[in-house]
Amino acid sequence: MSTQPLSHRPAPGSASVPRMLRAQSLLEVRLLLRNGEQVLLTLIIPVVLLVALSSVGIVDLGNGPRIDVVAPGVLALAVMSTAFTGQAIATAYDRRYGVLKLLGATPLPRWGLVFSRTIAVLLVEVVQVVLLVAVALLLGWSPQGSPLAAGLLLLAGTAAFSGLGLALAGVLRAEATLAVANGIYLLLLLGGGVVIPLDQLPSGLASVVAWLPSAALGEGLRDVLLAGLGLPWAALGVLIAWAALAVAVASRTFRWE
Amino acid sequence: MTYAGRRAVDGATFTVAVAGVTAVLGPNGAGKTTTLETCEGFRPAQSGTVRVLGLDPRRDAAALHAQVGVMLQDGGIPSGSRGVEFIEHLSRLYADPLPIGPLAERLGLTSLPRTSYRRMSGGEQQRVKLACALVGRPRLVFLDEPTAGMDPHIRVVVWDLITQLRADGVTVVLSTHLMDEAESLADQVVILHRGRVVADGTPQALTTDGDGERLHFGGPAHLDLGGLLTALPADCTAAEPVPGSYRITGDIGPQVLATVTAWCAQHGVLIRDLRVDRRSLQDVFLELTAESAHPESPSDAETTT
Repeated sequence: MSTQPLSHRPAPGSASVPRMLRAQSLLEVRLLLRNGEQVLLTLIIPVVLLVALSSVGIVDLGNGPRIDVVAPGVLALAVMSTAFTGQAIATAYDRRYGVLKLLGATPLPRWGLVFSRTIAVLLVEVVQVVLLVAVALLLGWSPQGSPLAAGLLLLAGTAAFSGLGLALAGVLRAEATLAVANGIYLLLLLGGGVVIPLDQLPSGLASVVAWLPSAALGEGLRDVLLAGLGLPWAALGVLIAWAALAVAVASRTFRWE
Repeated sequence: MTYAGRRAVDGATFTVAVAGVTAVLGPNGAGKTTTLETCEGFRPAQSGTVRVLGLDPRRDAAALHAQVGVMLQDGGIPSGSRGVEFIEHLSRLYADPLPIGPLAERLGLTSLPRTSYRRMSGGEQQRVKLACALVGRPRLVFLDEPTAGMDPHIRVVVWDLITQLRADGVTVVLSTHLMDEAESLADQVVILHRGRVVADGTPQALTTDGDGERLHFGGPAHLDLGGLLTALPADCTAAEPVPGSYRITGDIGPQVLATVTAWCAQHGVLIRDLRVDRRSLQDVFLELTAESAHPESPSDAETTT
């Protein structure tokens, strides 16, 4: 195919901000879902845990149908895996490979990059929630409470975990971020009150863990979806406080290159 | 457009002409990348002023970034992006971007539609990075070692492209280690050494400073140079650095060349290897940055005496 010669005559100018944000958000989603480890972390592990924990009595989950206890916790885990672990690792490697730097030389403003990342995280979470809710319903889940309250908790949890992920990725080397983000994920999964309810943990540990965003999100979602309570303000408050703290730290310490 | 970069440790002051190609040369660690990145707004100038397209690269970053294309020396592209995907993505950040198809074709990137960036060859990665710098139709591009890692065929394609950028009115500032690249592409050459500008001018001006043009010819050894000199203009000198190899310096013009060949014909001398040349840019570069072979800087040396 022959085309007419390409002219490089300057015609500079930025695209509109909404157009830039849409393009950047969609790119982030595509790159996230293309990465095998990310898919394992954000989709496969939560689904496997949902199926395994609800059908096999490996862990004592307390009273009631197992799936009713497991499903809210796995939703909390899904948020943690995408907003915290996945985002921290992706951001750290983007800095290492100069992607953040090069984007910093384009018309996309820095707040726009953070905004687009957040939109991408939320879009991946929508995929996770749809998939996990579908699988849980197939396994006999009967959710209680208000979906709106659950949605608010998921949003607040996303804010807290995104902030923490960015705070981590903003200061550590890429390899260190990879190790620390996965390590924290595993620790919180086992003893952070995410999937395993706080009342199944040793009481000394539980009283500390209760203040972590993982427990606030996990317990808050169980309060709504398992116990059918109204919006758990204490859990919401803890998540918002973590979000504020993490964003304050990240905005001071984040290195773009 | 002007920019005058002045850095805390050293001073680097130079001005770049619009729609020209400026090559920034210097040994490793001379400050090429730092100078470019200060102009791109990545680093603050600790003192002095930097103006790029009349803008402050830090304060007016938004206005500047809409008009400038950047090719980093290392990285910049997500390792999982495929083929021209990231070029296409960047094009969506600009108002009137280049069409992706013809740009990819121009750079020979059409044969790697689904390859992820991390699996591309070094030369392919360089071309993707270059395309990313050009896709927004910038007024000014900064290219940090654009042809590093490219094979000679692709290098020629990129040189053609840079020549076309200039013809289309784009200002190009590039850094390079390749003297032939600077000599053949650049309207202006800036040589940095330890963060200072040690030379700034057209390749022509830089290479004609000093002894100017030289005429070399080969022939039988031990010719009568005294006799040759009497036939030449007074400002010329003649030497036989190696037996059978002669060098005439001075104001070498067509008349001098004719005089030499006529004198040789009169004396029955058959000339081999006749050529006229100048100091090459490489000669100038090596001369100006010579002491970089020594690990210690002069100030360190002074403190030890």
